Amino acid sequence: MKNTARHLAAGILALVFSASLLAGLLSPARYDQQFRDFPNASPSRQFPLGTDELGRDRLSRLLYGSRVSLLLAPAAALLATLLAGVLGATAGYLGGSPERLAAASMDLFLSLPWLFLLVTVRATLPLNVSPLVSLGITFLLLGALGWAAPARVVRAGTAALRDSEFILAARACGCRSSRLLLRHVLPNLKPVLSAQFWISIPVFIVSEANLGLLGLGVAEPLPSWGNLLRELENYQAVLANPCRLAPLFLLVLVMGCFQAILPREDFTA
Amino acid sequence: MWIRRAVQHVSLILATLLVGGLLGATLVRMAPGFGVDPQELDTRLSEASLRALRDSHAAERNVLRFYASYLAGMLRGDLGISYSLGRPVRDLLAQRIPTTFRAVAMGLAGGWLVALALALPAVLSRRRACDRLALTLSGTLLCLPSAVVALLFLLLGGPVPLALAVVVFPRVFRYSRNLLLEAATLPHVLAARAKGLGGLRILARHIWPAAAPQLLALAGVSVNLAFGAAIPIEVVCDSPGVGQLAWQAALARDLPLLVNLTVLVALVTQAANCAADLAATASRNPR
Repeated sequence: MKNTARHLAAGILALVFSASLLAGLLSPARYDQQFRDFPNASPSRQFPLGTDELGRDRLSRLLYGSRVSLLLAPAAALLATLLAGVLGATAGYLGGSPERLAAASMDLFLSLPWLFLLVTVRATLPLNVSPLVSLGITFLLLGALGWAAPARVVRAGTAALRDSEFILAARACGCRSSRLLLRHVLPNLKPVLSAQFWISIPVFIVSEANLGLLGLGVAEPLPSWGNLLRELENYQAVLANPCRLAPLFLLVLVMGCFQAILPREDFTA
Repeated sequence: MWIRRAVQHVSLILATLLVGGLLGATLVRMAPGFGVDPQELDTRLSEASLRALRDSHAAERNVLRFYASYLAGMLRGDLGISYSLGRPVRDLLAQRIPTTFRAVAMGLAGGWLVALALALPAVLSRRRACDRLALTLSGTLLCLPSAVVALLFLLLGGPVPLALAVVVFPRVFRYSRNLLLEAATLPHVLAARAKGLGGLRILARHIWPAAAPQLLALAGVSVNLAFGAAIPIEVVCDSPGVGQLAWQAALARDLPLLVNLTVLVALVTQAANCAADLAATASRNPR
């Protein structure tokens, strides 16, 4: 039963990822193309999910927005995992003062509320930027600030490996520290790093959605799930056209699929 | 053990204060117009008066003296002036803190109550339907960003603390359920059950003490979580708290205000983590 649910979730995720990657082919219009005669149009054959208040096709924006969110989150997760791997493994391998310093920095980072940290650092960077630059900033922000939690796990894993027999044997054979770290420690940390990568993706999807809804994420006209969700602020319009709920539905679907795939105790996005 | 942990926490809190203070001071120094007195634009002032005015700001130009005076002011409670709102940061915080703290406290209490109320039946009874329902509910809520939860509460007209409780509940439920279930399978608990002890007695005397240290640590983490969720919830629900102030400061790029706010919230969450950790240590070693 569990395996069936996992396979189904993986299938749905693959479908959503593929559709978002093929946004250029599947979408009826460009995400920023305005049909000025049809603002706030209801769903029709021409506009399956209707149009927004600027007359842009909602389905096209949803497909392009999914591409942005679903590529941004794994890319940021990759950056965060790489940073965590380098910092955590180095600190765990060196031990002593560097490890204590790294542990204190991780504690300091983790003690800050995540959204407060994101908003504060985002505000230090320019706000009036082009959509592509805002996309880059959001990606770098999530990736650069999300390293602490995975780094803590990697550091613990490396510290456990540091005193293992095969490392001692390699060291006795005269293996240099850099070679030990790259050839023996890091390959053994692969499962930990892979788990941390997958766990980070839903966290970053939700963070991007929060930032976008607050107006601090990806800038218009480039769509993302975060800024598409801002349409929900107009209650009357949502009642008039429930298709505005499509980004929320897709977000919940994708998060639900991640939840089905990841171990329950790890899914705390 | 106790003293060592307390020292560790206090040094972390001091480090946060120092780093936050230095960051705030750096941002103030880097802000446009730093060290320029508007009075210098007064054409009626003589050259001697202008020189005297410039000399009065000379101390601020020395980086080390500026940092020292900034940190000293911070310790006295002088957190500077907000550029965007034109008011002392201390006054803004004094005005906004009670709203957020009340909402966070109520949200945490509500979230924990519901989480434990749904986690305990999973441990005590063998009815899977109730547990599945709770898991599905928490799973669905976990999929929603806190800003979306806030939007739903805005549409339904629900209060801010309840929205915070909805954000806190699923995370606390998942962890506490797992911790309690894990504690329920410990050999001494199984032995107590085999001897015919009642469910509530087993829970109070055997399961709860085993899971208490980790649950207390979770309580510390949940404070962090609730403060993080306060930003989108207060913004969307238009609640005049610290979260909304942080957002306004971010949009206006009022960095000194934002850094002070973040340091304040970090200190509160670290104090909560410190208290939770010390309580967990005490519950592990009651003597």
